[in-house]
Amino acid sequence: MSIISIAGVGKTYGKFTALHDVDLQIERGEIFALLGPNGAGKTTLISIVCGAVSMTRGAVTIDGADILRDYRVTRRKIGLVPQEIALDIFATVWSTVSFSRALFGKPADKAYIERLLRDLALWDKRDSKIIELSGGMKRRVMIAKALAHEPSILFLDEPTAGVDVELRRDMWGLVRRLRESGVTIILTTHYIEEAEEMADRVGIMKSGALVLVDEKRALMRKLGKRRLVLTLAEPLAAPPPSLAGWPVEIEQDGRHIAYTISDDAEKGAAQIIQRLGEAGVHIKDMAMSESSLEQIFVDLVGAAA
Amino acid sequence: MSAPRFNPRGVFAIFASEMARTRRTLLQSVATPVLTTALYFVVFGSAIGSRMQEIGGVAYGAFIVPGLIMLSLLTTSIVNASIGIYFPKFTGTIYEILSAPLSAIEVVVGYVGASTAKSVVIGLIILATAAFFTPLDIDHPFMMALFLVLTAFTFSLFGFIIGVWAKTFEQLNFVPALVVTPLTFLGGAFYSIDMLPPFWRTVSLFNPVVYLISGFRWSFHGSGDVPLAASLGFMTGVIGLCLGALVWIFRTGYRLKP
Repeated sequence: MSIISIAGVGKTYGKFTALHDVDLQIERGEIFALLGPNGAGKTTLISIVCGAVSMTRGAVTIDGADILRDYRVTRRKIGLVPQEIALDIFATVWSTVSFSRALFGKPADKAYIERLLRDLALWDKRDSKIIELSGGMKRRVMIAKALAHEPSILFLDEPTAGVDVELRRDMWGLVRRLRESGVTIILTTHYIEEAEEMADRVGIMKSGALVLVDEKRALMRKLGKRRLVLTLAEPLAAPPPSLAGWPVEIEQDGRHIAYTISDDAEKGAAQIIQRLGEAGVHIKDMAMSESSLEQIFVDLVGAAA
Repeated sequence: MSAPRFNPRGVFAIFASEMARTRRTLLQSVATPVLTTALYFVVFGSAIGSRMQEIGGVAYGAFIVPGLIMLSLLTTSIVNASIGIYFPKFTGTIYEILSAPLSAIEVVVGYVGASTAKSVVIGLIILATAAFFTPLDIDHPFMMALFLVLTAFTFSLFGFIIGVWAKTFEQLNFVPALVVTPLTFLGGAFYSIDMLPPFWRTVSLFNPVVYLISGFRWSFHGSGDVPLAASLGFMTGVIGLCLGALVWIFRTGYRLKP
């Protein structure tokens, strides 16, 4: 059974539809990345699952429990790190994290909070007021608050938006450690690099609709493109006749011939090199490139527009 | 699906967090109403009151004590509860309250309970301050305590609603500053409405605060401007209206949950 089941969830504000009947299953223990441009509906969707926004229609279950009828059960299992830093700036790190734990009905556990703060490099700042912390530390406090009640599902809404490279790497490390401890992670991001680095599966949202869900590797295999670019000793005006019908393009004023590798066994990289040799074309250099998740995302979102 | 039916730790977390906020602003929360009350006693009780006759057999200094407590109690209850819920909305931390396993009733109990407790404490501090300026006899101490708690609770509920409704700090201050304070001054805090000409006395009966001050004054001195039952009935009516408004707010998510 999926840990999260989203069925026909829609959200409208007056005449504006923010979410179009989304169906999605999240599997236990996976890292799921929800990609999409600003305004795609990512935050609305996760806010509905967490209970911070009401859905207009549809149903969501967590471990089989309905989020409306059994909200006391479902919400205890969920931790949410929102996109914006939202903290009581006059509270101390220790008090605000302890507050979050109690809010979710968990008994005080000083040892757990200490471990959490140490894991997030916040232990030395436990008595500091939030107002005294740097932006990166505040973001770590947000994560500590979301984990304070030991949730089995963690939603990270744009976790690394506006953070420096070092902190981003730290966050990725933390997410991996959480997954290893059995936490299911759903993150929204518009940093494709983030999804490419961490996600097991990817969902792409556009204008309130979920346009694609697939395993990251399968997505890259299916929609990704590999290109072989050959640098020629002498420029060519056109591909040799022996390559008629092949997916090749002349680039750089004839100095390059680019070939998009297909699954067709008869039209592999070795064959093109052989045919060029037979046609008397001398190859000076060659380079292989693979399309990134970002290119796939741009292609998909562009196509859906 | 087994689930706890109540989240007392969550309710207490909100309550304790609100009380901690008061401790952080102790000077503003406690010292200000005490100083204001002391000034009222100096001006109205000692300076002017010494030249005034007794009202209904009660010395003027003692007569104004219930009205002065009410004046602070009403504004303090509204301000505490409205800021309590408005501040998380303003800072964005409301997401945590909305996504916690708490029912609407539990959220209200946490915020309104804390506001009520703070207001009652302030009411008692003002009462103690008044005792420095004038001898105090409380005819019905139990009813006095009941009125104190009920008024603090009722206006904390009202304040919570204002906090949900308000979109700006200006709106937050609008009701306590421009509605409640004038109504309290005109509601017999410093005089008996029996002292007014018949027309203005009738007009005063449309002022809801008259019923609060009258009932509270009855608990002190055994007499008020309106019957005790009218005061209690008014309070019950306001509580009913506030609870009705809160049910609607949580059902619709009005300005709280999009």
